[in-house]
Amino acid sequence: MRIAVIVFPGVNCEHDVVHALRALGGDPELVWHRETDLSDFDGVILPGGFAHGDALRTGAIARFSPVMDEVTRLATDGRPILGICNGWQMLCEAHLLPGAHIVNRDMSFICRFVDTEVVDTNSVLTGAAAVGQHIRIPLNSYEGNWVDPSDSGRVVLRYVDDPNGSQGRAAAVTNALGNVAGVMPHPERATDQLLGSTDGNILLEGFLHSLVAA
Amino acid sequence: MKVTVAIDRRPEIADPEGTTIKRALHDLGFLETTAVRMDRVVHLDIEGDDPVEVEARVEEMCRQLLANPVLEDFVVRVET
Repeated sequence: MRIAVIVFPGVNCEHDVVHALRALGGDPELVWHRETDLSDFDGVILPGGFAHGDALRTGAIARFSPVMDEVTRLATDGRPILGICNGWQMLCEAHLLPGAHIVNRDMSFICRFVDTEVVDTNSVLTGAAAVGQHIRIPLNSYEGNWVDPSDSGRVVLRYVDDPNGSQGRAAAVTNALGNVAGVMPHPERATDQLLGSTDGNILLEGFLHSLVAA
Repeated sequence: MKVTVAIDRRPEIADPEGTTIKRALHDLGFLETTAVRMDRVVHLDIEGDDPVEVEARVEEMCRQLLANPVLEDFVVRVET
């Protein structure tokens, strides 16, 4: 079960994602954004960072990277696709998830642990967790304020407080099928006691399990 | 040809930057300010002679990349 971790110019969390997945027994591989064939992969993670320097809008230019046609094809095939932080912004720009992200309500870059609660387990992110479970992972974003005028995104992880104004206090959202998910705080940065929390593992384990089921 | 594109976030979508600017204007005593929206303008130089054709091409640029149809509207103005 191979996972493509896509590297866009300007992302900076790809090695953290690979490290965390390997520690859980996963088989991730870094793939450059110009790749046009992902047929050897069972799932995709779009890691966080600042692809193309966030020019124009977050994710707006990454969305047109050559690899995104393949990501769209796999998503349509029902394969697990997860966007973390900037990766979620890309999935919105690509219309693989509804809505868009605007600047945080209080105009502040938020970089701290946040408490979130699992509200729906039918997604590639939350499949190994339990409804009501609290997950403490770090938020690290300026444009984390998710807006969904269509009201069609299914919230799977909700902030316990309201750090950034995100609609429905959404920390993570999935599509109707549950195979494409986006999360704003970083599960991969909470996967070892040295990092202050291991709560992110249950989310990444959910992603690994979803590869088997897909 | 010089083309200007105004990209405006729809009024029902929050604008935290505009809200912050409004607060600063109030702090400076400009209490008559009841609303601030911070929107974007893109200036383009486009090769072409036919303003109708240039406008159509730039509108397509807006639909594909320059504006986000989820949140934003746009107005294209070709300067002749």
